[in-house]
Amino acid sequence: MADSSWLTQFPQMERADLLAIRKSLDAAYREFSRSYGDLIESFFDPLLTFLIWFEKLLLNTPWWLVIMAVTVLVYVASRSWKLSLAVILSLLTIGYFGMWDNTMRTLSIITVCTLLAIALGIPIGILMARSDRAQAIVTPMLDIMQTMPAFVYLIPVVMLLGIGKIPGVIAVVIYAIPPVIRLTNLGIRLVDKEVLEAATAYGASPMQRLFGVQLPLASPTIMAGINQTIMMALAMVVIASMIGVKGLGQPVLKSITNQYFTLGLFNGLAIVALAIIFDRVSQAYAKRNQQHMQGIDNA
Amino acid sequence: MPKPEQQPLIQIDGLYKVFGERPETVMGAVKAGQSKDQILADTGHTVGLKDINLNINKGEIFVIMGLSGSGKSTLIRHFNRLIDPTEGQIIVEGTDVMKFSARELEQFRRHKMSMVFQRFGLMPHRTVVDNVSYGLAVQGVDKKERLDKAREWLETVGLAGYEDQYPSQLSGGQQQRVGLARALCTDAEILLMDEAFSALDPLIRSEMQDQLIELQQSLHKTIIFITHDLDEALRLGDRIAILKDGELVQQGEPVDILLNPADAYVEAFVKDVNRARALTVETVMKPPVCRITADTIGEALTQMKRLPGNYGYYVTDEGYQGVICQRTLESEAKLDGDSPISEATLQEVPAIASDALLESVIPETLETDFPLPVLDADGDLQGELSRASLAEVLGESHTKDNAA
Repeated sequence: MADSSWLTQFPQMERADLLAIRKSLDAAYREFSRSYGDLIESFFDPLLTFLIWFEKLLLNTPWWLVIMAVTVLVYVASRSWKLSLAVILSLLTIGYFGMWDNTMRTLSIITVCTLLAIALGIPIGILMARSDRAQAIVTPMLDIMQTMPAFVYLIPVVMLLGIGKIPGVIAVVIYAIPPVIRLTNLGIRLVDKEVLEAATAYGASPMQRLFGVQLPLASPTIMAGINQTIMMALAMVVIASMIGVKGLGQPVLKSITNQYFTLGLFNGLAIVALAIIFDRVSQAYAKRNQQHMQGIDNA
Repeated sequence: MPKPEQQPLIQIDGLYKVFGERPETVMGAVKAGQSKDQILADTGHTVGLKDINLNINKGEIFVIMGLSGSGKSTLIRHFNRLIDPTEGQIIVEGTDVMKFSARELEQFRRHKMSMVFQRFGLMPHRTVVDNVSYGLAVQGVDKKERLDKAREWLETVGLAGYEDQYPSQLSGGQQQRVGLARALCTDAEILLMDEAFSALDPLIRSEMQDQLIELQQSLHKTIIFITHDLDEALRLGDRIAILKDGELVQQGEPVDILLNPADAYVEAFVKDVNRARALTVETVMKPPVCRITADTIGEALTQMKRLPGNYGYYVTDEGYQGVICQRTLESEAKLDGDSPISEATLQEVPAIASDALLESVIPETLETDFPLPVLDADGDLQGELSRASLAEVLGESHTKDNAA
């Protein structure tokens, strides 16, 4: 090696050093997962129990009852017969093409992931809105979560918890939670200052301000975040299937490896149908709740 | 001016507000009298308020006036500590507001003060009646009770029937009535009004001013009213304070401000005011030159000759009767000096009320040869208003508009 080669070749670190770093990090993490893996796994046990229970519930309920229940939910949320009818039709089609069980599995995991993302994301968003320091810390973490390829954080999760539903849920939540956090933060920060000031002037406590003014006024933005979160969770279904999450993702994975175009297309379309149902229903619900908030000059 | 023995309801002492990273560090410079621009250039801190001292009495409408950027909105937010001062005391009913804990401050805001905002500050997701009852809801008042009360106040401000509408369905004027009802609904003693009528168009604004004056006659609240409009200030204010660049330039009764502006800044403000509409006869009149109380022509003539002027106001036990001219007296005295003063001797000159606006007496003043007698509410002669004094007061500004 000539000494002046650093001009043309990037002066890299020695291969041996790099190897040592990788080895020691990997070893340290393996050590960590060996000693704490069980503990962490048992921490997630209640969630796993719930997941299994919910999936079984959807699978064991007769299909017509599920369709009826979903339709009632859709109608209550959107108050639209058209939308309810479209939901019935798409679910019937999915069942007719033999994808009912997988769809129910996906539905159950997406529902749980979304609820989890909302339950975690909204408080984090509120925290960010209240403190600039929290915002400064959380924002880069969200950037990482959104840009880091899902496969990369699947590795440590699988190392720690093995293959199965829980790592799948964790991967989906990591991928899908940023929008609801970001938009909760944004929504609260955008609440009209004078309205908030009015609440303060009338002696509202911080909690009264949060629940009486900030969250209701931020709700259009928060709903947009929840909507995005649902969409992103659905987009993760295929990747989650790689670590053993059953559902519509698995047939898609199978058709990639075996080049079954039609199988992939059908299951893909079923995911799209679920996405559209979730999207339209959540949007219709949000819109119905925010009618009177439009057109006010200070909003 | 506040009487010394009267304890002011709200007292503000040596209030300073500096905006910026570390306000304490520039307080020295502020107190040394460095200019606002200089401090901003040197330290990047903005001086919002500088050495404000105010005493506000119970039951008065105190108007704080200034142009945008003068710090008036900052100042009003100090009363309920929406903004905390850098230095200074805020004392309400003898209690130092600055010493309150967060909990005490909440209680203070709930029960002592309520606020009306320039852009209304209504909650778009609540119905009108829920907005009005918001203050009571925060206090934890039972739902039925607070809605009943809110309905009453809505009726008072003339919005009965709008209870279940949302603010976005109302016009600007109606929205501000909701804002006013909300402020009144908590029964707070002190009302803070931050440019409450500035966002409304002129006609609605004057309607709202009338309504406020009318309400105040029965409610006797202590109102702190912020405005950039001197006409509004003069119309509503019992006393007015004028702010300029965060400093108090002048405070006093409307008449003081109009007639004795403290400096060029206030003068420039006052110049554009329609004085005929802002001042009452009382503030302009002079004491009567000659008051005739004699019974006979001869005595009256003697009385008149002792005083300058060639006319007098004839006053009996029943009050003002009319004007007597010296020439008439002289000619009648030649005939019979002992005869009593009769209707024939008197000239009929219309009397004007002391609390009438100048505007309303301009025609009479111009049509009559003598200065008009000014009577108080009991019919007693208080003073006289001559063309000259009227012209003098109105003439400093746009005389042509008013006196033509």
